Amino acid sequence: MSATDIQDPNRRDFLYVATGMAAVVGAGAVAWPFIDQMRPDASTLALASVEVDVSSLTPGMSLVVKWRGKPVVVRNRTEQEMKDGEAVNLAQLKDPLARNANLPADAPATDANRTMPGKEAWIVMVQVCTHLGCIPLGQEGEFGGWFCPCHGSVYDTAGRVRGGPAPENMTVPVFQFISDTKIRIG
Amino acid sequence: MSEGHSTYTPKTGIGRWFDARMPLPRLVYDSFVAYPVPRNLNYAWTFGGILALMLAAQMLTGIVLAMHYAADSTLAFDSVEKIMRDVNSGWLLRYMHSNGASFFFVAVYIHIFRGLYYGSYKAPRELLWILGCIIYLLMMATGFMGYVLPWGQMSFWGATVITGFFSAIPLVGDWIQQLLLGGYAVDNPTLNRFFSLHYLLPFMIAGVVVLHIWALHVVGQSNPTGIEVKSKTDTVAFTPYATIKDAFGMLVFLFIFAYFVFYLPNFLGHPDNYVVADPLKTPAHIVPEWYFLPFYAILRAITFNIGPINSKLGGVLAMFGSIAMLFLVPWLDTSKVRSAVYRPWYKLFFWLFVIDAVLLGWLGSQPAEGSYVFMAQMATLFYFAFFLVVLPVLGLVETPRRLPNSITEAVLEKNKGGGGGHPARATAAPETKG
Repeated sequence: MSATDIQDPNRRDFLYVATGMAAVVGAGAVAWPFIDQMRPDASTLALASVEVDVSSLTPGMSLVVKWRGKPVVVRNRTEQEMKDGEAVNLAQLKDPLARNANLPADAPATDANRTMPGKEAWIVMVQVCTHLGCIPLGQEGEFGGWFCPCHGSVYDTAGRVRGGPAPENMTVPVFQFISDTKIRIG
Repeated sequence: MSEGHSTYTPKTGIGRWFDARMPLPRLVYDSFVAYPVPRNLNYAWTFGGILALMLAAQMLTGIVLAMHYAADSTLAFDSVEKIMRDVNSGWLLRYMHSNGASFFFVAVYIHIFRGLYYGSYKAPRELLWILGCIIYLLMMATGFMGYVLPWGQMSFWGATVITGFFSAIPLVGDWIQQLLLGGYAVDNPTLNRFFSLHYLLPFMIAGVVVLHIWALHVVGQSNPTGIEVKSKTDTVAFTPYATIKDAFGMLVFLFIFAYFVFYLPNFLGHPDNYVVADPLKTPAHIVPEWYFLPFYAILRAITFNIGPINSKLGGVLAMFGSIAMLFLVPWLDTSKVRSAVYRPWYKLFFWLFVIDAVLLGWLGSQPAEGSYVFMAQMATLFYFAFFLVVLPVLGLVETPRRLPNSITEAVLEKNKGGGGGHPARATAAPETKG
């Protein structure tokens, strides 16, 4: 090839594009481990499920266990609390979904859907406010459920958000009764 | 301004040798000795220097504290107590660092309000202003992460709430939050990365400060009249005039700072942070450090859904939006007149805005219930109205007072009425109100 008949695209164009491509792919490949190392590590991901003995809980009593670094409340509700929860008109709810990991994602937020079939007295949920992650206080607030002291979100006796800035009902984690007195969470 | 007409002449042989190879002494001379500043700068203009001093002090005390601190969730709280009790002079260094952060923010707020009052952000100083806003953002990130390090209750729950902001982002929010935390909740990985970043960010601030000063020295300082420098009589040399004034301002500021360090070291802190972090128990009343309170009040004011935006995302957007307003100020303000001295209506609204910001700060420290919520909503409304309605509209409808022809004329006019006095103090009245 003589110097006069350089055609487009020529060798220099090829080198530009090839170098540019290598630089972009290389930069991405180098950047990824720097981002990746920030994600939860193996020890954090190895989430053991927790078994809880609930035999000591009479109606009106709760206990809190730590699961995935967050508190999970187990509450044996009183008759009154269950009645209050069932009496709620679903149209009034801020978040109409049950947020129950044991049910389909579109299950409505009825009182029963916040619990287990046959175990309607028991509330098991991640006691973390869906606003910004504070721990709401139990049996407080105008609905007798939970009240978040940080930004004033109010939850009813089934853990459904009823007021304040929180957007969702508190999450019910995957759990099961492995016997009448034992619950496995996770 | 310093470009192009350097008057530096090295007097010694070594000076000439240096100047021909790397003219650093020339740069310092042109920037901090011969550099012309408006002759009418008042004490509100000393806060730039005070901020530089505070940044240096924070870095110095911080580097020393890092030699005694352990960034591990099982050790952090005790290592801070060890600094307080066992490390020689540790109590002093830690109190200087924690109160230093507060006083850094005191100075930056005065600096920002000074810019707003005298219209320092207007052309050609938009970039200078935006660089300042970036420094402010970096300061907030640094202050927040520093507050997490003692691993007290407020550290832990403050970190939980603030990283919770990111979970409001649709679709990728939870992923981003876990990326920040290194887990599902605030824990040891969070503490480790916050310590690393808390050490890094001040150096980034220092880098942006260099750009801020560079931009300042290209366009020159604004001044209380807001009129550009027109002749040599409008200016004085940086040294000794501004140097001594800045030094005196620093001294008075450090006196007040020292009073807090020695007599009120925990006045600006929170007693709950002397309780070790407990992931299962939220304190009855979470409050951030005082310098974040106005934004915290705005965050909590949005308790209602706005169309498709739920209240949580709405609160987070309002909070970030309230800071974003600052970046837009140069284009929101339509007035051709810079200084509030010549803008009677703007002056009124400026002070209303100051009162509103202080009110928001107070509301941020109160529980989010009852009438406080409504008051916070009204104060938030005024906050945004100031930027989005008052600033654009006022520039179009307000009749400004007659502007003097030059800085010199303004100074001489003032001295005639006020019975003499030092020229630099002539227009110094506004800062005495704040």
